[in-house]
Amino acid sequence: MSRSIFFSMLGGCLFLLATGLMAQTKKPAPAGGGTAASIKRGKPVYLQQCLACHQADGLGVQEMNPPLSKTKFVLGDKVALIKIVLSGMQGVQVEGDDYHGIMAPHPDLTDQEIADVLTFVRNNFGNRATAVLPSQVKAVRATLKPVAK
Amino acid sequence: MRSIVTTVIFFLVGLGAFAGGGGKKGGKHAVRPTDAASQLKLPTGFSAVTVVENFGKTRHIAVAPNGAIFVKLARLKDGKGIYRLEDTNGDGKADKISGFGTFPGTGMAIRDGYLYASSDEEVFRFKLDANNNVVDGDKPEKIVTGLLSRHEHEAKAITLDHSGNLFVNIGAYSNACQLADRQKGSPGQMPCPILDSAGGIWEFKADQPNQTYGTGARYATGLRNVVGFDWNTQTNSLFVMQHGRDQLSSLFPQYWNDKQSAELPAECMYELHKGSNCGWPYIFYDQIQHRQVLGPEYGGDGKKGPDKQYQDPIVAFPGHLAPNGLLFYTGNQFPEKYKNGAFVAFHGSWNRAPEPQAGYFVVFVPFNNGKPSGKWEVFADNFSGGPEKTASGRVDYRPCGLAQGPDGSMYVTDDTKGTIWKISYKK
Repeated sequence: MSRSIFFSMLGGCLFLLATGLMAQTKKPAPAGGGTAASIKRGKPVYLQQCLACHQADGLGVQEMNPPLSKTKFVLGDKVALIKIVLSGMQGVQVEGDDYHGIMAPHPDLTDQEIADVLTFVRNNFGNRATAVLPSQVKAVRATLKPVAK
Repeated sequence: MRSIVTTVIFFLVGLGAFAGGGGKKGGKHAVRPTDAASQLKLPTGFSAVTVVENFGKTRHIAVAPNGAIFVKLARLKDGKGIYRLEDTNGDGKADKISGFGTFPGTGMAIRDGYLYASSDEEVFRFKLDANNNVVDGDKPEKIVTGLLSRHEHEAKAITLDHSGNLFVNIGAYSNACQLADRQKGSPGQMPCPILDSAGGIWEFKADQPNQTYGTGARYATGLRNVVGFDWNTQTNSLFVMQHGRDQLSSLFPQYWNDKQSAELPAECMYELHKGSNCGWPYIFYDQIQHRQVLGPEYGGDGKKGPDKQYQDPIVAFPGHLAPNGLLFYTGNQFPEKYKNGAFVAFHGSWNRAPEPQAGYFVVFVPFNNGKPSGKWEVFADNFSGGPEKTASGRVDYRPCGLAQGPDGSMYVTDDTKGTIWKISYKK
């Protein structure tokens, strides 16, 4: 094997290794990029923040945690929806069923994370609706008083 | 072309019929209909019939000495919250049905000629006549009033001893007494102010009207929420099943992963005496380490024990199974090993996600001389309808209430569709 071929192979391996590492340590997809990118970023936020109560299929838990599928809360007024995430909620009736579970407020999430997770929810579990934008979250957040811990 | 299309359609239809024809012979339907009675998996010699099906949100149940069944509904059905179900021809099915009581709720018990029933704020009783008919369904006596109900653990389960006392669970309106309930980073309150008026069992007189916090007494404390409880006539003491806390991994990912959080903490059976303190919210019982650990809202990390020991459970089950019914079996119909043992109806979990859900069964704990004498075992299974439904939590039925009939049969309710099973044994 000639020296130059060896080095180019080594270089190639290092390149592959480097791109592999970059892919592994890659941050979530950068902000922007339209609805599809927002849905993609929203999924890990859902898994971490929402799944425990609303479940993997978004259908919630009877009597406790409401479903996120095809309800006016998810598909309707975005301002109200953003407020639920920022301020929390307890006691709601969805499609004639009462849900008593408490939802903690999530003011620690960034505008981008809230926009992404809501866009994810609005485009999963049988839902199809327009994206929620970080600017819309920011505007709603500005109207709310900080929540005491 | 047309003939090819026709052939393909015939082929597909044939395939469909073949695929659907695997059930019982002579089935008219492509998909075999669910049979709520035969769906249950029971030990050899036991069989089940359904007393009613699709009846509503049937919660706790009590059976009178003549076999008349009374069931409490969590939501009114045709304006009524209690139903009397009678089987007049002996086939196990209710054929004489009447409703009364205009409040929804959970608790149902019979003692000394009275039917006791609870809403989420009050306990009422109805006089029964010699045939165990309600004397006046429109005018119950209000025994207890003004109990806290804040839309979390609001069900007021009830039971009575044989000395004229009524016990009522007042569940804590909180997960772990954080300043902001279930909010990540919010500290536990010390002392927990909820314990003054909830998070325990309260004792009232069974026959005095209009009692409330001032006239009753806190019998036991440090119990997050109890739905299944029963007076044990052998030990002459109160046994309860606690619903343990939720969300260890989502609130404290630094100490517990999702897998651990699905199993912890234990769902605990306690034998209570006046003054018992089971430690909620300051501790929980870790059934894997077999000890009490300090709650993370109070400085715990999953390893640290508390400075002060609280009462230990007598049985520790896996986490989040949601025990909603407890019955000590005193009948003579079931085999000898069941005598004086405990049946527990587990409603099934939700807080195991993203791990698979579990529960949706009735278990049996053998007892000897008032103490557990062996490991618990699943008695009635497959309420869910199969392993996949169990894992997703999208189940057919969820067991809730338990009662024993005068012939020694056991009744189990389901509060999703409103099924009541009568489980009997024949050698």
